Amino acid sequence: MAAPLFELKDYSVHFSTPEGDVPAVEGLSLSIKPGERLAIVGESGSGKSQTFLGALGLLARNGKTSGQANFEGRNMVGMKPAALDTIRGSDITMVFQDPMTALNPVLRISRQLTEIVEVHTGATNADASRQALAMLAKVGIPDAEKRFNVYPHELSGGMRQRVVIAMALLNRPKLLIADEPTTALDVTVQAQILDLFRNLTSELGAALVIITHDMGVVAGIADRVGVMYGGRLVEEAPVDDIFESPQHPYTRALLNSIPRPDRPVSEMQAIPGRPPNLLRLPQGCAFNPRCAARTDICMTMRPELLPGGAGRRVACFNPIGAMAEAAA
Amino acid sequence: MTKPLLEVDHLTTRFSVRSGKMFGKASSLTAVDDVSFTLNAGETLGIVGESGSGKSTLGRSVLRLVEAQAGSVVWQGGDLLKLSDEDMRKARRDMQIIFQDPLASLDPRMTVADIIAEPLQIAEPGLTRAQRLEEVQKIMAAVGLAPEMVNRYPHEFSGGQAQRIGIARAIITKPKLVICDEPVSALDVSIQAQIIQLLNRLRLELDLALIFISHDLSVVRLVCDRVMVLYLGRVVESGPSADVFAHPKHPYALALLSAVPLPDPKLARLRQRVILQGDPPSPINPPSGCVFRTRCVYVKDVCATARPVLEGGEHKAACHFAGQLTKSGEPEILNSSTNA
Repeated sequence: MAAPLFELKDYSVHFSTPEGDVPAVEGLSLSIKPGERLAIVGESGSGKSQTFLGALGLLARNGKTSGQANFEGRNMVGMKPAALDTIRGSDITMVFQDPMTALNPVLRISRQLTEIVEVHTGATNADASRQALAMLAKVGIPDAEKRFNVYPHELSGGMRQRVVIAMALLNRPKLLIADEPTTALDVTVQAQILDLFRNLTSELGAALVIITHDMGVVAGIADRVGVMYGGRLVEEAPVDDIFESPQHPYTRALLNSIPRPDRPVSEMQAIPGRPPNLLRLPQGCAFNPRCAARTDICMTMRPELLPGGAGRRVACFNPIGAMAEAAA
Repeated sequence: MTKPLLEVDHLTTRFSVRSGKMFGKASSLTAVDDVSFTLNAGETLGIVGESGSGKSTLGRSVLRLVEAQAGSVVWQGGDLLKLSDEDMRKARRDMQIIFQDPLASLDPRMTVADIIAEPLQIAEPGLTRAQRLEEVQKIMAAVGLAPEMVNRYPHEFSGGQAQRIGIARAIITKPKLVICDEPVSALDVSIQAQIIQLLNRLRLELDLALIFISHDLSVVRLVCDRVMVLYLGRVVESGPSADVFAHPKHPYALALLSAVPLPDPKLARLRQRVILQGDPPSPINPPSGCVFRTRCVYVKDVCATARPVLEGGEHKAACHFAGQLTKSGEPEILNSSTNA
């Protein structure tokens, strides 16, 4: 088995707020192999974004990480910014949801692209420009040379996201983290951008973490899927298994609640209630108030994330497959 | 045949925009370009399109929240566009709208009771305070809000609950038509299904006609009887949902459908997709002839010179080659331009 590229071990992110301590991410263990495509799925407040922002030292000032976030064996938790800068922006890069806020509105895109190369590799400006132009062409910006000196506002949303992706890939990262990279885009443009992620990460051999709430996006791009709920990983499995035989009731409920062409509205099952308030997480399993398979133990004990078959883990006292087996 | 509830004919809405430069020349942007459709009582019409396609402007033009420049909106025999402000206000009790961002569409300084009662106050000024409150509590129960929450303020509610308030406010005057402008886009996935089911239930119970504006084709396919596809302000395809989704006639509709991410990894791998190149052109300076020609893989000379007419019986398309694309049942375009 290949050694993991990036590994979270008992990793937590907490925020201190006037209302109290918010455990945004709690006790997470997860690893990513080189070249792998992992999707992290969850609703707002599930901790999916904060997990990776924390590892890269990009939390809001009241946020704090603990545990381990190892990149090629180096723990990024507690690392000084100067040391982090040798990893982030070069070996690990990130693409955000809104390309307009990810780009500096008062700098030409040429400057924003070349800066990254110059800072991290010490290349000359001419050399950096050449690399940046080549990357712009690669991400599908037509007439890259003509667009090289424009400002972000002169580009469409799809083009801006391509520029951001070009920035993220310029230093040939080993791990690219994309946080809802297509949520702000139209569906035809979303299809283009997802194709780009697929093709370029495999061409460069980079691992990809795609953070999303869209199961359609997950199905189209991921090898493996992690499902988060209330700050914890509740299920992890290869992509086909997640869709075909989800083991956690939340995963199944999520799949049953999305509109599908082969299913009438009457068969869509909404999940009752709403995602938990992290300040007042329910006792036991965070999903228990909304769970149809809840038993007494779910309200007092928190289920551990345990192996649930080949390459799978699930945190549930009554996982779905096991119940079927017991009944059979 | 019964008369349709709503008949929109050649509706055109333009906005005047200035170029970026100071004192720049004003030019006009045609957001809704010669759109015609009908809607029957109790029917659900989906309007789909990407940003800038004019779908929201179309909905707002029908309600005269923005003023159209040409065409007519015939509602129960009269043209809404010709009504005085006073008469329009009266007509609005029968037609309501639900917006995308549920919290932004609620006045933060009003209690839930006041927000929901406001349309009723205008529509039926004769009601006493107690009668209004009773109506409000009835409607809150109908949309799944605890009636005890009447005195709370919008910020105390989650997005899904706020959208329920928006829906309660829209249906309290017992309208015949509700325009839903991206009603679930801002909500979490698990909450979206709740709101879709609520709208579906209310529609059947109250015999509402819905105009469902959305960029999410999976939702539209489930909820709508008929669907209309907009591109740069023009209708490029319209027809019964089942037909349009199974056999799209217009190359844009085909590409749009094939771009929808399928929540099934095996199907997603098998699927041959039409991936459009580029972005939609600027509506300020739309292409001549067919507006889609700059991104169409089927483009021919005629597309630049002649504007295609929306035609074809129940299932219409505005494409010079509409009939030919679907000759074999399986559109040829699927085989000629895949990006597998």
